[in-house]
Amino acid sequence: MAESPPLRPVGPRRPIRRLIAWVDERFPLTETVEAHATKYHAPKNFNFWYYFGVLATVVLGMQLLTGVWLTMSYVPSAEEAFASVEYIMRDVEYGHIIRYLHSTGASAFFVVVYLHMFRGLAYGSYRKPRELVWLIGMAIFLTLMAEGFFGYLLPWGNMSYWGAQVIVSLVGAVPFVGADLMEWVRGDYLMSGITLNRFFALHVVALPLALVGLVFVHIVALHRVGSNNPDGVEIKDNKDEHGVPVDGIPFHPYYTVHDFQATVGFLFVFCAVVFFAPEMFGYFLEKPNFEQADPLKTPDLIAPVWYYTPFYSMLRATTFPLFGLEARFWGLVVMVAAILMPAVLPWLDRSPVKSIRYKGLASKVMLAAFVASVFVLGYLGTVHTTPLTTALAQVFTAIYFAYFLLMPWYTRVEKTKKPPERLT
Amino acid sequence: MNVAVRAMPGRGRLALAILAGMAAAVPALAATDVRLDPFDPDLTDKPSLQRGMALFANYCLGCHSLKFQRYERTADDLGIPHDVALRNLIFTGQAIGGLMETSMPAEGAKNWFGVPPPDLTMVDRVRGTAWVYNMLKGFYVDEKRPFGVNNRVFENIAMPHVLIGLQGVPEVECRGKKAANILADRSRILEKDPAARRVREDNCSWTRVVPGTGAYSAAEFDQAAKDIANFLHYVGDPGRLERRRIGYWVLGFLAGLFVLATLLNREYWKDVH
Amino acid sequence: MSDDEDAAEVREDGVGRRYLLIASTSAVTAVGAMGAAVPFVKSWLPSAKARAAGAPERVDIARLRAGELLKPMPTWRGQPVFVVGRTAVDIEALARAKDGLADPASDNEAKQPAYAQNPYRSRKPEIGVFLGLCTHLGCSPKEKNEEQMRELDTGWEGGGFYCPCHGSRFDLAGRVVKGVPAPDNLQVPPHSYLSDTEIIIGVDEETA
Repeated sequence: MAESPPLRPVGPRRPIRRLIAWVDERFPLTETVEAHATKYHAPKNFNFWYYFGVLATVVLGMQLLTGVWLTMSYVPSAEEAFASVEYIMRDVEYGHIIRYLHSTGASAFFVVVYLHMFRGLAYGSYRKPRELVWLIGMAIFLTLMAEGFFGYLLPWGNMSYWGAQVIVSLVGAVPFVGADLMEWVRGDYLMSGITLNRFFALHVVALPLALVGLVFVHIVALHRVGSNNPDGVEIKDNKDEHGVPVDGIPFHPYYTVHDFQATVGFLFVFCAVVFFAPEMFGYFLEKPNFEQADPLKTPDLIAPVWYYTPFYSMLRATTFPLFGLEARFWGLVVMVAAILMPAVLPWLDRSPVKSIRYKGLASKVMLAAFVASVFVLGYLGTVHTTPLTTALAQVFTAIYFAYFLLMPWYTRVEKTKKPPERLT
Repeated sequence: MNVAVRAMPGRGRLALAILAGMAAAVPALAATDVRLDPFDPDLTDKPSLQRGMALFANYCLGCHSLKFQRYERTADDLGIPHDVALRNLIFTGQAIGGLMETSMPAEGAKNWFGVPPPDLTMVDRVRGTAWVYNMLKGFYVDEKRPFGVNNRVFENIAMPHVLIGLQGVPEVECRGKKAANILADRSRILEKDPAARRVREDNCSWTRVVPGTGAYSAAEFDQAAKDIANFLHYVGDPGRLERRRIGYWVLGFLAGLFVLATLLNREYWKDVH
Repeated sequence: MSDDEDAAEVREDGVGRRYLLIASTSAVTAVGAMGAAVPFVKSWLPSAKARAAGAPERVDIARLRAGELLKPMPTWRGQPVFVVGRTAVDIEALARAKDGLADPASDNEAKQPAYAQNPYRSRKPEIGVFLGLCTHLGCSPKEKNEEQMRELDTGWEGGGFYCPCHGSRFDLAGRVVKGVPAPDNLQVPPHSYLSDTEIIIGVDEETA
């Protein structure tokens, strides 16, 4: 068996190899491919949770493609926007599919990004040396939230209108300059076509550019430090004589085929929603948004799209003034703080281990409580407030923040398990 | 009242599945004080859609436009030949490719009804198919209203009962007393007002059509309401059937590709120990 | 991976299968990509709105006089349509003219419906209907009378059309002369007569 003749090397044929050599003299093609794919070593024990980074990139690509196509038929004006969306839905060939790909893509983006972030929380991917990867990721998250918010106004439905009205009114809570700031953001005394046009410019030009740039540096930073893994063990600490991590495998072909499989699986679920339930029972597309924006008629229930509802709940749950400042202002503070909180995680976690697998009971309970708080707050944000729901939202807001603010304490005092030397 | 006719029953359903305990904690929110008879639209029932379009064109389109939808697309989707549509369904002199506009002037309409009759292209998506069906059947005689009728589903509706010639004159019928709907006034329950539990009111959930006043029998009128609701369901999102048709192919294709991708993945990962 | 012999062994028995799987997965993915491209490509076709705007147009020709072009100029699908009234002299000249024309017998069947494949390129000799766009690069030719045409072409008979963009010339049957950039005769759109005084452009059948 050891004497079997060497196999023909798998690789490009001669003319192609000469072309590649020609390019390599002028552009670092082979070098880049090797550094980021064929000789980039990733831990061999990635599990289910490691699919969502690549899926986020896939969704970004789809959103850019469908977004460009929608822009071809959409008209950004208060008079025409709503009708132009229906024009896309009815008159443009396959327009309804392209539009639903985009609207479902928005929700899918947040699904995969939230799962991607949860992976980071669970396995300590924010810990040294990946602080910058994490911070860039947070910047992506913020940009994505803004992108989603601006995009939601564009159909100019009644929920678009009043949802944006509520969120823009938030800046009115800023002490002293709030009212002026609000007018500045809207460019008018109410949400109007002027506001729509600037949101359109941000949604289709500025923020997508920022997103693509941030995703690029996110990946560059990641490839400098290398991926974390479910064990939270650094594979670079254990290299063979060639300097290759013993527990690493080349990203290409192993993770490319892996991620390809995941992408196809994801697309199956995604297309099932697009083709059979694009409204997702009112969660992805809200019913009042099928009515044109009416500045004189607020929908019975203002609920943001599901991906904002946890934060919206916290905003509504802040019902008491403090230090002489109104409750509305503190609601804004709480919401912004809740969104930004994960950014400081690298400096809150004092555990000797990274992965939840080896952390103590306290960390596991707190992570579970945190996830529960996000779900509960997310649900509460979709319904009318009653004294009961407000009280519940307050409790779970406290739990949400406790996960972060108590972390320096509970990660230090709990008893941790010793991680293995090699990946399991 | 309209607040209570919640626009998102499905939202509650899914939330229940995810968070059964939470949803149970706030049951009052899911309650409505108008019970809607269920109605499942059927987009494959072309005769029903065709009758719905004919009824809509004859009874509704005079006031309510479907201004985002075109006659030609509708006729093609519903299997109505263009010449039949032009002869029998288009009363505005428009070409077949035209949008389904109403000939009523908006300013006049505002004066006549107080509000201009809304466009109904997406009423199905805003209110729900069951709402449309129930609303069409919900008219009853109420002399206090300007048009002599009110509506169970849409209280103080500002329009006449245009289908009265088909349905006949629907009168309210009361049968004894029932507990008043205290859920509508949630604050009283929360304050544990004992009086709130004892309030009783006339139980007037039935309408009785005065015999001989309508062209249709009860069953025929019910079918007519269903046909119109079905048609408006189609108009709300005319691409549904096309998406369903393409969707099966897409999912089938992706399932096949997933098998290949799985085999390919497994083949490579044999190397990894 | 760490052991070379191991790797060789795996590759040896797996390499054929591996190639087969790569090839089949790539092929199926390529088919999928083409399928996914369909909505994006087709969404560029004229929309229902564009098609409605491009529907057949009725044109009243009661005021058309022999030797004149119908004004204001009718349109079909937003494009100018030349409706030409011809005099008996014009008709006689069109039937005679052959020399100097690139396609005197209208042999290019794509440029007119079958009913217009005659010396006049029209249903009736006295009325011609053409799309007013030059077959070279789409400019709209100018109407010229005999005198004006002779300034451009000394041997010209009757009126004609002259394209200001690149100098192509057409006779009153929309036939292009030799030696100009335009390759084909002016397009005759599908049209039919609803009555003696009304035509419909965009419909071939007389019955429409």
